[in-house]
Amino acid sequence: MVEAEGLGPWRAALRRLRRNRMALAFGLLFMMLVASAFAAPVWEGAAGRGPLANNLDGKIMVEGKPQNVVSLQGVPIDPTWGKEYFLGADQNGRDSMVRLLYGARNSLLIGILAALITTLVAVAVGLVAGYFRGPVDGVIRTVLDVIWAFPVVLLGVALGTALALGGLKVGPIVIAGDSKLIPIFVIAVVYVPYLARPVRGQVLSLREKEFVEAARAQGAGPLRTMFSEILPNLSSTVVVFFPILVANAILLEAALSFLGAGVRAPEPSWGNMIDSGVERIVTAPHLAIAPGLMLVLTVLALNVFGDGVRDAFDPRAKLRMET
Amino acid sequence: MARFAVRRLMQMLFVMFAVSVLTFLIFNVIPNSDPAERMAGKQPTERQIAAIRTEWGFDEPLHVQYATTMKKVFTGDLVSYTTQLDVLEEIAKGVPRTLSLALGAAVLWMVVAVGFGLLGAMRAGGLADKVITVLALVGISLPVFWIGALMNYYLGFKAGIFDDGGYVELTKDPIGWAYHLILPWTALALLFIGIYSRILRSNLLDTMNEDFVRTARAKGLSERRVLVRHVLRNSLIPFVTLWGLDFGLVVGGGAILTETVFDLEGVGQFAADSIAQFDVPPVLAVVMFGAFFIVVLNAVVDILYAYLDPRIRLT
Repeated sequence: MVEAEGLGPWRAALRRLRRNRMALAFGLLFMMLVASAFAAPVWEGAAGRGPLANNLDGKIMVEGKPQNVVSLQGVPIDPTWGKEYFLGADQNGRDSMVRLLYGARNSLLIGILAALITTLVAVAVGLVAGYFRGPVDGVIRTVLDVIWAFPVVLLGVALGTALALGGLKVGPIVIAGDSKLIPIFVIAVVYVPYLARPVRGQVLSLREKEFVEAARAQGAGPLRTMFSEILPNLSSTVVVFFPILVANAILLEAALSFLGAGVRAPEPSWGNMIDSGVERIVTAPHLAIAPGLMLVLTVLALNVFGDGVRDAFDPRAKLRMET
Repeated sequence: MARFAVRRLMQMLFVMFAVSVLTFLIFNVIPNSDPAERMAGKQPTERQIAAIRTEWGFDEPLHVQYATTMKKVFTGDLVSYTTQLDVLEEIAKGVPRTLSLALGAAVLWMVVAVGFGLLGAMRAGGLADKVITVLALVGISLPVFWIGALMNYYLGFKAGIFDDGGYVELTKDPIGWAYHLILPWTALALLFIGIYSRILRSNLLDTMNEDFVRTARAKGLSERRVLVRHVLRNSLIPFVTLWGLDFGLVVGGGAILTETVFDLEGVGQFAADSIAQFDVPPVLAVVMFGAFFIVVLNAVVDILYAYLDPRIRLT
C-alpha cells in the first residue's frame, strides 16, 4: 500500500474511496434517488393529484385532445411525459409518477431503518456472544442458527403475514396490522444473523489481542473493554456491510410487498406497485416497468457504492447475503 | 471423525426441532386473532366457532396443539385448514417441479459463473474483467420477480419464443420440460451468476499467488494446465460447498418468488399461497421441509469438509 505516512486508517480508506470514480458516481446516484423521494410533494403539487387520489372517470388533455385517464375497458393511460400523468395512470386512475415517488419514500425508509436496526442488534449480539463465549455464546449462536435455517423470503413472508393479521400488542405498545413498522421489524430480524456471525467471529479473535489484555490488566470491566476497546475495531466491518445491507433490505421489502406481506395497498411501495403492475402487464406494461427500474437502479447504486467502500476499507471482507 | 459427525447430526436435529417450534409459534402466538373465527367465514354463529374450535383442537394448550400437529406431520395425516387437502401429498406434487427448477438453475449458474470467473481472473483489470464485474453487479441487483415477469411478457407473450408459465413433466416430454423451464432457470440463475462469478474470480486471484502455482509454472507446465489443474481445482473446493448450500436453500423455499412469477406450482408457491390464506398446516410442513433440506445439506457439507480438512474438527 503506497499511503502517505501518518494517515490514520480511516483517512487512508476515505482517500482510496475518493479515488474510485465509479463508486462515487453511483453513491451520488443513490443520493439523487433519496432526494427525489424527499421531493415527492413538489411533484405532487405540479401534477395536482396525491398518491392515493383515484380518478376513474376523469379526462385529461393530451396533445390538444381530451383522453380518458382510464378507458372504458379499464386500460389506464400510457405515459404522457407531461406534468400530469408523466408516467401514465394505474388501474384506479392514480398518477403513477406521484405514486412512484411516494413509493420511493416507503421503500427507502423501510430499507434504511431496517438495516440500521439490524446493524445495532447484530453488533450488540455478536459483541456479547464473542466476548463472553461459553453458555451465552451457545444460546445466541443457536438462535442465530435457527433464523439462518429459514430461507429469507419464506421467514419474512411468514412473519409479515402473521404480524399483519392482528397487529402486535406487547404490553402498552400497540402496532396496527397495516403499520410500516411491521415490515421494518421483519426485515431487521431476518438479516441479523448475516452480520452477527461475522461480528462474533471478529470479536472472538479481537478479545485475544494484546491491547485488550492490556485494558483488562488495567482493571477495565467487561462493559468498558467491549465498548471502548473492541467496538471501535468492528467499525470497518460495519461500514463495509452497511450499504450492502440496505440494498438487500430494500430488495426484501420489495419481495415481501410483492407477495402481499409488506407495505399494504393503497399505500404505495415499489414492491406492491410491481405486484399490481405484473397483473396488468399485458395491457399496461409501464405499470410494472417503472417501479422495477427504480428498484434496480437503487439497489445497483448501493451495490456498486458498497463495492467501492469494501475495496477502500477492507478488500478481504467476505460478504454474502441472500434475498 | 465419528464423534464430530455424531455431534454435528445431533446439532442438526436440534435446529430442526427449534425451527418447527418457531414456525408453530409464528402462526399460533403472534396473530392477534382467533383461528376458529377466521375459519368460520363471514358472520358465523357462536356455535359454529365453538364447533370449529373443538374440532381442530384450538382450545387445547399450546404444547398439546404443537404435539398433535407434529404427530400428524410424521404420520402423514396433516390436512389443510382451508382446502382440507392432504398437505404432504400437495408437497409431494410440488417437489419434482421445485427440484427441476433448482437443478437446472444450479447447473446453469455454476457453468456460466466458472466461465465468467475464469475470464475475469485471467484478464484481471482488463476490459473483459470490467464488463463482467458490471454484469455481475447488475445480476445481483435484479429482483427475480420483476425480471422474470418482464422475460415472460416480452419473450413469452409478445415475441412468442417461449410459452409463458406452466410446467411439463420430464417423463412425459423431456424437450417440453426444458423448453418451459428455460426462462425460470435463467431468471433464478442471474442472481447466483453474479455472486458466484465474483467469488470465484477473487478465489482464483488468491490462488494464483500461491507457491504451488509458481512451482507448477517453474516445472514448465503450460499456462492452460496450470490454470485448470492447479489454480481452478483448488479454488473450486470452497465453491462447491457453497453450491451445495445454495442448492438446499433454493429447494427449501428460496425459489418462492421464481415459482410464483412463472406459475410453476412448486413447493415454494404452495407455501406462498398457503401463507396468503393463513393456512397454518401447509406452511408449517413446507418450512419444515425447507429447513430440513438446508440443515441437512449444511451438516453434510460440514462433515465432508471435516473429512477433507482435519483441522476443522478441533473447533
